[in-house]
Amino acid sequence: MLSGATIEVNNLTKRYGDVEALRGVSFAVNEGEVFGLLGPNGAGKTSTVEILEGLRTPDSGSVSVCGLDPQSSGAEFKYAIGAALQATALPDKMRVEEALDLFGSFYPRHRSTKDLLKRFGLEDKRSAFYAKLSGGQKQRLALAMALVNDPQVVFLDEPTAGLDPQVRHEVYGIIEELKKDKKTVLITTHYIEEAERICDRVAIVDHGKVIALGTPRELKQRSGAVTRISVRLAKPETNGALSSLEGVAECRTEADDYLLYSTRVPRTIVALVKHLEEQNNELVSLEISAPSLEDIFLELTGRRLRD
Amino acid sequence: MSHVLSHTWSLTVSRMRLAMRNRAFFFFSLIMPLAFLFGYAGLFRRFGGEAMLFVLPMVLALTVMGTFWGLSVQLVTFREQGILRRFRVTPVGASAMLGSSLISNYFLTLPTIVIEFYISRSLFHMAGLGNLLSVFILVTIGIVTFASLGLIVASVTNTMQETQIINQIIWFVFLFISGATIPFPMLPRMVQKVAVYLPATYLVSGLQRAMIERTNLSQLGAYLASLIGCALIAFIISAQLFRWEPEAKVPRQAKLWAVAAIIPFLLLGVWENFNGDLQKHAMNNLQTIREPYTLERIEH
Repeated sequence: MLSGATIEVNNLTKRYGDVEALRGVSFAVNEGEVFGLLGPNGAGKTSTVEILEGLRTPDSGSVSVCGLDPQSSGAEFKYAIGAALQATALPDKMRVEEALDLFGSFYPRHRSTKDLLKRFGLEDKRSAFYAKLSGGQKQRLALAMALVNDPQVVFLDEPTAGLDPQVRHEVYGIIEELKKDKKTVLITTHYIEEAERICDRVAIVDHGKVIALGTPRELKQRSGAVTRISVRLAKPETNGALSSLEGVAECRTEADDYLLYSTRVPRTIVALVKHLEEQNNELVSLEISAPSLEDIFLELTGRRLRD
Repeated sequence: MSHVLSHTWSLTVSRMRLAMRNRAFFFFSLIMPLAFLFGYAGLFRRFGGEAMLFVLPMVLALTVMGTFWGLSVQLVTFREQGILRRFRVTPVGASAMLGSSLISNYFLTLPTIVIEFYISRSLFHMAGLGNLLSVFILVTIGIVTFASLGLIVASVTNTMQETQIINQIIWFVFLFISGATIPFPMLPRMVQKVAVYLPATYLVSGLQRAMIERTNLSQLGAYLASLIGCALIAFIISAQLFRWEPEAKVPRQAKLWAVAAIIPFLLLGVWENFNGDLQKHAMNNLQTIREPYTLERIEH
């Protein structure tokens, strides 16, 4: 375990009746880092985050946030954290501005409602009732409420679930700003692209356990996942020749394309060009797709993330 | 401590706003008590302004008892909808949340009380204003007590449905055997013996004595002490049993704790059954209605 980490999670277990939600989860998040918990629904992401927020108590194991125990540190802990829960609910007839004023009033140091409304694009909706907001607006308000006390650590539980792509990108923008502000962010998601795009490090969680942990790049390099090279040729190739090229583990055809799965991309490409010259053939197009976290999840669990 | 007070106040202001945007709340806290006032006043009109001194306390008691429903029940809705858990990640504690229910109930009920007084005096020519200080203190403590009783029901029930059912039962008991709708002396003797164990009975009796006999606070000491004791126990137990999570269930034995809140009235009831003068006062006070009626009969 890293010493001096902002968030530390040690061997957490949690059981709900017969269901073992967490089976020894451990990880640490450094100051200023955007850390992602990636996994399918029911993997234990929300349980972990809610233990860190102080909403749930673990059966065993320990956690600390900014050196504080969420269960026993009281107000000092609450001042240090901000949270957007998986489902933030407010009374239907509470206005946007009132919600920010109310939640701000709970902290000795808080950001002005006016600034938050502006930053989260809610100025036009300041007097709107909560019930009248769209899903995206509700989520922006939830994020604004999470930041109302200018916290050191921000927990975002599935902040983009159910949002359309445009709003999702707005949320990414907000998280990138948090990163610039040197906030420590713990985000849970089941969207691969989200984890790849915004997280400095990712823990892949499945069945209540962390099954892989590292930067998205490290995870991809560490895995045995192969890179897909998709090529289109001027003249059709007899199969067999391409699959025997250096580094190629497998060759498939898909419509007019040949899909070469390579473990050593540069060598495969050199060999491919040489081979085509010899055959008097030409390359029409070439596309390289690096393995995604999805491929890694598939490799580790044998399942797709969204199964 | 100062944080608790400031959190309680922020929540109070916010919850008062929400209540005022709720039509049902308006109906039960303003329209219904006024409908009772006009109904009773119409019924007893021929007995003159003296009778209003008997009628108004019944309506005041109904209004005060209505806080039993008020914002305490709202907390159950907040819990069920997952609203409370969002507050849990802030520094707000259970006592601020519960305290805001009592204070907002108080501020929302007070205008109705003033309006009832005003109408009784100006429209129905109520004969005098009674002992206003005693009325004010009884109303204040009464609201806190009945709102606390609402809190304890909210804290020992798991769903809104369960809360509604238990509240209905308690509410009907309060309504019909406390003297708030049927004058105490007119209740059967057996029912009277049970009624002296109810907080509502002392609220009605206290208010009638303050209005008709102009009873001062020291003479109402036992009533006030029991109401305060009941409120304190109910509040402390509610804070202990407070749940933020929609799925958190209250342990079955904890439901028995709720009974502790009525201990002050069990003691007062026993004393009242042996040595009390509630019955005597109630009989005397009923004369404000009976006397002109008897005279009328004789004149005819």
